[in-house]
Amino acid sequence: MIKITFVASDGERREVEIEEGETAREAALYNDVPGIDGDCGGVCACATCHVHVDPEWIDKVGRLMHDGMEADLLQFAEGTTEYSRLACQIPMKPMLDGLVLHLPEQQY
Amino acid sequence: MDSQIAEPDAAARIASIPIEEIDVARPSLFQNDTIGLFFDRLRAEEPVHYCRESYVGPYWSITKFDDIMALDTNHKVFSSEAKLGGIAIQDMHSVEGALELEMFIAMDPPKHDQQRKAVTPAVAPSNLQLLEPIIRKRAGEILDELPIGEDFDWVDKVAIELTTMTLATLFDFPWEERRKLTRWSDVATAAPETGIVESYEARREELIGCAMYFKTLWDERINEEPKNDLISMMAHSPATRDMPFLEFLGNLMLLIVGGNDTTRNSISGGVLALNQSPDEYAKLDADPSLISKMVPEIIRWQTPLTHMRRTALEDWEIGGKQIKKGDKVVMWYLSGNRDESAIERADQFIIDRKNPRHHLSFGYGIHRCMGNRLAELQLRIIWEEIHKRFSRVEVTGEPERLFSNLVRGITRLPVRLRAR
Ligand code: FES
Repeated sequence: MIKITFVASDGERREVEIEEGETAREAALYNDVPGIDGDCGGVCACATCHVHVDPEWIDKVGRLMHDGMEADLLQFAEGTTEYSRLACQIPMKPMLDGLVLHLPEQQY
Repeated sequence: MDSQIAEPDAAARIASIPIEEIDVARPSLFQNDTIGLFFDRLRAEEPVHYCRESYVGPYWSITKFDDIMALDTNHKVFSSEAKLGGIAIQDMHSVEGALELEMFIAMDPPKHDQQRKAVTPAVAPSNLQLLEPIIRKRAGEILDELPIGEDFDWVDKVAIELTTMTLATLFDFPWEERRKLTRWSDVATAAPETGIVESYEARREELIGCAMYFKTLWDERINEEPKNDLISMMAHSPATRDMPFLEFLGNLMLLIVGGNDTTRNSISGGVLALNQSPDEYAKLDADPSLISKMVPEIIRWQTPLTHMRRTALEDWEIGGKQIKKGDKVVMWYLSGNRDESAIERADQFIIDRKNPRHHLSFGYGIHRCMGNRLAELQLRIIWEEIHKRFSRVEVTGEPERLFSNLVRGITRLPVRLRAR
């Protein structure tokens, strides 16, 4: 099991566990973490699983690739930063144990 | 299950049509509500189906959820460009002299991306929440006027009124003239065959009138302090304030058109669905906190826009079929939203689904409806206010449906209200 901490926009922290191979989106949905909707089912098609990766973790997670569907979608999301990613595109692996993800104020 | 089918032996007749002769573009199938039976057959027998001949020419139908998702997210191969035909089964720009506004929904990147980015902040949920109290108050006023225990038409008295009211509120449109918004939206999407306008010239005239009206509003707002309405936001935002006027108008019309039919028909569709599924109505009655889950289910169930169309920019294989460059491809959201392989008990209206937003009504990918949270917000407020006042909105007669293969519309819905 791999640990992830989700930090809500009001600062509230939730630590959850998820199996290797699942994504950060599943970690949020299976544990009812509010703020991640994931309408499309995790196939990088809706941008309702937007997260800000904690700056300490961004190099391990990897930055957004500039050409590709994830960037195409995120350009229309509210409140994006250089740490923005889609949670469904972050597969969990042991090196990400302890990952911290911040939730944006709005998801749509 | 959608509703009673007018023609009792329709099912047997539809089952016997040779598959290659099926043409789901015919607006009458939507009007008589037999369309679901056709889609059931296509999904089962030929989920990617080619129709050689129809009044809109040859076209492919994509009917399964996953195939639709795959196409909708492949904007590099499947174009929305107006000049190639645009986003509906009937080609845009096919009529000489018809004024077509440029809207980014019918553009490909990069132009699509620039325009959409500019307009998106205006419909951001954080902005819309500021308008919630006034939408709620005005919705309440409309509902308080309704007669109790008497038959009336829900579409005319409630669905259209509430939709017009929310649009007028979003734009801070002169209140007394708010029905103009509805009219322009109808006109912008109308072809003369529908009877809404007499001719393409008449349509052009009206749209020019609309353009001039909005020009006046724009000029007013740009000289005032910024406010929360969409016109003021666009007039003051650095991304949109220098937009050429025609582009601004195109984007504005997209917001109006996008929010008109869809909201109106979801309001009526929800009432109809609850009446057809009395157990679900009982659930709602017992626990109104289900409204926030019921709203996306209503949007799935109604699927206010039945399809979006694309044009293939290269040869592409899907579902074992070979689509050729230049082909017209139609993603039938209405069919994908009834696909059992993607949605459990897809043929049932269930107000407390676990993943109610996993539906196709808003599309997916870069063209996904940017008003999707706004649509949900409006419907949630409206249902909360309905629930406070009425223990039952009872359908008392047969619904009448719109003659259209694009807008899944209810044109008449006789109801009677019971007070709470
Ligand atoms: S869940 Fe839809 S983009 Fe991640």
